[in-house]
Amino acid sequence: MQSRQAGLPISGWLARVHAGARRAAPLLKSPQTMLLLVTGLAGFASARCPVVHWTTLLGLAGSLFLAIGGSTVLNMWHDRDIDSIMPRTCNRPLPTGRVSPHEALLLGIAMSALGIGWALLLQPLYGLIVFAGLFFDVVIYTLWLKRRTPWAVVWGGVSGGMPVLAGRALGLGSVDGIGVLLALAVLFWIPTHILTFAMRYDPDYRRAGVPTVASAYGFRTARWLVAVSSILAAAAMVAAAVGIGMAWGYLRLLAVLGGGLLLLAAGTLLRPSENGNFGLFKYASVYMLSSMVAVMLEVL
Amino acid sequence: MRALRPADRVLLLMAALVAAWQIVVGLEGKGTLATVSYTVAFGILLVADLLLIILGFQALESPVVVILSTAIPLGLAVGLTAEALPGRANLAAVLAVAALLAVAVPRVAGWRRAGLATLIPVHTLAGLWIVALPAALVVQGNRAAPFLLVCLGGALIGVGGLLLAFLRTGRPILSHNTILMLLPSLLLATTVALVAGFSLA
Repeated sequence: MQSRQAGLPISGWLARVHAGARRAAPLLKSPQTMLLLVTGLAGFASARCPVVHWTTLLGLAGSLFLAIGGSTVLNMWHDRDIDSIMPRTCNRPLPTGRVSPHEALLLGIAMSALGIGWALLLQPLYGLIVFAGLFFDVVIYTLWLKRRTPWAVVWGGVSGGMPVLAGRALGLGSVDGIGVLLALAVLFWIPTHILTFAMRYDPDYRRAGVPTVASAYGFRTARWLVAVSSILAAAAMVAAAVGIGMAWGYLRLLAVLGGGLLLLAAGTLLRPSENGNFGLFKYASVYMLSSMVAVMLEVL
Repeated sequence: MRALRPADRVLLLMAALVAAWQIVVGLEGKGTLATVSYTVAFGILLVADLLLIILGFQALESPVVVILSTAIPLGLAVGLTAEALPGRANLAAVLAVAALLAVAVPRVAGWRRAGLATLIPVHTLAGLWIVALPAALVVQGNRAAPFLLVCLGGALIGVGGLLLAFLRTGRPILSHNTILMLLPSLLLATTVALVAGFSLA
């Protein structure tokens, strides 16, 4: 009887936590967060340090998840007004009122602070790079530039490159050229990802007043930028893979995957279509995920 | 257009993984031309599987897919020739490039009849070569019996290529729906047969 009485508040509390987590989970944009987390793990593995060091791996994964997730929640908190205008995003937790702005702000700040704190404890240089990624994403990209210039995407790219750079810095204890190349691969992949997405949902972005390359300079310019950034992303990835010393088999695989990316980019340039554009958007994510998994598998 | 079922996606993902495995570990110790040719063939299989997963069967409507799918049997044919008949390897490579151009140029130029007139013979001849050469090598005792699986893979890829080619003529041998229903299984069976043939022999 006593245990039942004592259990009730705990089960009630657990139910509340569970319900809160279910409401807040969409704020984390799990595919994007997981993809960036994988780049961080690949950066760490690429250093060929003792990879299976569970405490460090757990710290890397945990701190990156918290920092990336926290910055995503803060972005959603700041952009809740434009999210409510765009049909694509109007069903997110903040525009629909499932999560209050106050709750989202607290969650974003708490996750970010915990992530950066954990990262700094793990290694100061690693923590500094994780902090830089969060700063570029939240302050420079979201708060300052996203609604002012279509070139904000570059800063989104810089912040996107930080997890892989941080992971490698954690493994090596320093920043080196290969880490910068890996970060550049992500940086150049991000325009491919974001610009194709912005072209697909161009009316949404126009309605919300968010400038994109497509709305400011036209679709043709945007497609050229996508093609050029795809070439640069694939080149940076292959250069990094050569620098890491990956085996020929994995280099062949990266060349094939990069070739697919270039082919699709060229296809959207020569024969523009909604379907081709969407295919490039999706393939670019598959390319980045596969490349990073290949880096991890090669080392393991 | 028929939509991809979850089972189709699983089959295509398995085919992509098998093709990726072959690219990473299955081409060691072969000559440069054979390695490049096999990488092109298995690479296109891999990217095609991924695009089908992403875009569904709509991906087959692109003329680029038709051109690239021709490079799969051509790449395999050149790779096999480079391994079995090194003296004829350069000739095979030149013929393969010419065949690819014969398929690609009419497509790019929009000559529909000429495109079909070249596509079917190229697929047929390359498919026959992929079936005949491994069989000859096994019969002569130059390769172990499992190499016959390459013949099976060649036959399956030939069947797949021809089904798709006839589909594009508007007079398919099987119904449109049946061809699309068979395609993921056919791609997986083709990839597994080829990879097993190369690995076990």
